[in-house]
Amino acid sequence: MSNYYTKETMKRFLEPKYFGEMKGADGVGKVGNPKCGDQMTVYIKVKDGKITDASFQTLGCAAAIATSDVVCEMAIGRNTEEALKITQEEMIKKLEKLPAVKVHCSSLAIEGLKKAIDDYEKRK
Amino acid sequence: MKKIYFDYAATTPVDREIIEKIKPFMGEKFGNPSSMHSFGQEALFAVDNAREKVAEFLDCNEREVVFTSSATQANNIAILGTLKKIKNPHVITSSFEHKAVLEPLKESGVEATYLPVYKEGVVRVEDLEKAVKENTVLVSLGYVNSEVGTIQPIGEIGTMIKNLNKQRERKIVYHTDAVQAVNYLPCKVNDLGVDILTLSGHKIYGPKGAGVLFVRENTQISPIFYGASQERKLNPGTENVFAIAGLGFALENIGKYNWEKVKKMRDRIIDVVLSDINGAKLNGSREKRIPNNANITFPGTEGESLMIALDTEGVAVSTGSACASKTLSPSGVLLSMGLSHEDAHSSLRISLGRYTTEEEVDYFLEKLPPIVDRLRKIAGK
Repeated sequence: MSNYYTKETMKRFLEPKYFGEMKGADGVGKVGNPKCGDQMTVYIKVKDGKITDASFQTLGCAAAIATSDVVCEMAIGRNTEEALKITQEEMIKKLEKLPAVKVHCSSLAIEGLKKAIDDYEKRK
Repeated sequence: MKKIYFDYAATTPVDREIIEKIKPFMGEKFGNPSSMHSFGQEALFAVDNAREKVAEFLDCNEREVVFTSSATQANNIAILGTLKKIKNPHVITSSFEHKAVLEPLKESGVEATYLPVYKEGVVRVEDLEKAVKENTVLVSLGYVNSEVGTIQPIGEIGTMIKNLNKQRERKIVYHTDAVQAVNYLPCKVNDLGVDILTLSGHKIYGPKGAGVLFVRENTQISPIFYGASQERKLNPGTENVFAIAGLGFALENIGKYNWEKVKKMRDRIIDVVLSDINGAKLNGSREKRIPNNANITFPGTEGESLMIALDTEGVAVSTGSACASKTLSPSGVLLSMGLSHEDAHSSLRISLGRYTTEEEVDYFLEKLPPIVDRLRKIAGK
């Protein structure tokens, strides 16, 4: 198998835990565009200001799928303010590392989560 | 786990017999071909022998054969060397050439026309004819596109250029990069009507590190590298004897192999994938195509994901997706054929070769559909 990605990235790419559309989500964030190749939707469920569930749908490379999974995992259990503070570095740490050209995938995932939180705030 | 190589268009393994034949040049026969003593002459003999085989294959004079370190280097010499001393030149090429042609052309800064390639991935002779201008000095077209495997009408264009040149003051030099064609298509330079031709050793079951630039005698070309007088001064520097010798043997083997079996397996891949996987589309002409290539778009997936997932099952393929490149823009080849960005990102190139077996094809066809399904599920497509 290729050594391009770390074991953790591959695990999350091959068996992501948090993928799937969320019915009745409290916030939805759509990011990316067909031109760049990655399209990501992040769904969150929020109760008393706390993110109780998160999921994603991602059309993108292995890194985009893996970082989507990481951002959902990290968001769950945090209140929305804390979730907005999730950094690229923290996410990459979870994957051990990411190839330099793939770092932007982690920022896309963060952007997706932010948009979902924005959406939730607007709906309140 | 099985390991299956379906990326022969990227590079080929070296023929085992050739490895044995060239091993001595990595060992005891280490001389420099420019040396007059016996060590040197032994090496020179190997290089000359390879040159003879190239000349035979291309049906040209041995003096017209220049060894290079790669096809990229050969293309750079072809383009920059042809344009070097010419004022206000115009060049015609196609919009889906390899970077080894597009980049030196860009670097030269000259005026260029990029011919359309249409959905079929084939240039049209009439477009070329219309694009010729008074100051056109070079036409450079790949014989076979490296990503989609489509065959360009190189011979037909050669005849046209020959006729045009009869009445022209400024003659047009005609270059083809034949790297992807050598295994499968006739390459006799007089039949093609080319003045300059590029080929590479590692795409034809020879070692990496050797290419060829055929330059017809009396073609206007200036050196872009300087040094001693090796390779008609167009590529000075000590020859890569080992790789050059291997390239010669590899060319000698061309024509001994019957590609019918590979074509049948490739056709089976196309037929099964297109019928079993919803929305899958073949890119480029099916007929005007070398026998080992299939380039397919899988909407709702992303090419790099597909490639990586297949790799975990042991199958090596290639993708035109930006995510697999360092530039983050998708395959320019597919975009120039009119594919949307989304489709270009969703494409795979599957290229078979001499050592491909029916069992490998079965395995691939079994593993691919569930991977596509899974990725589509993740994408919500």
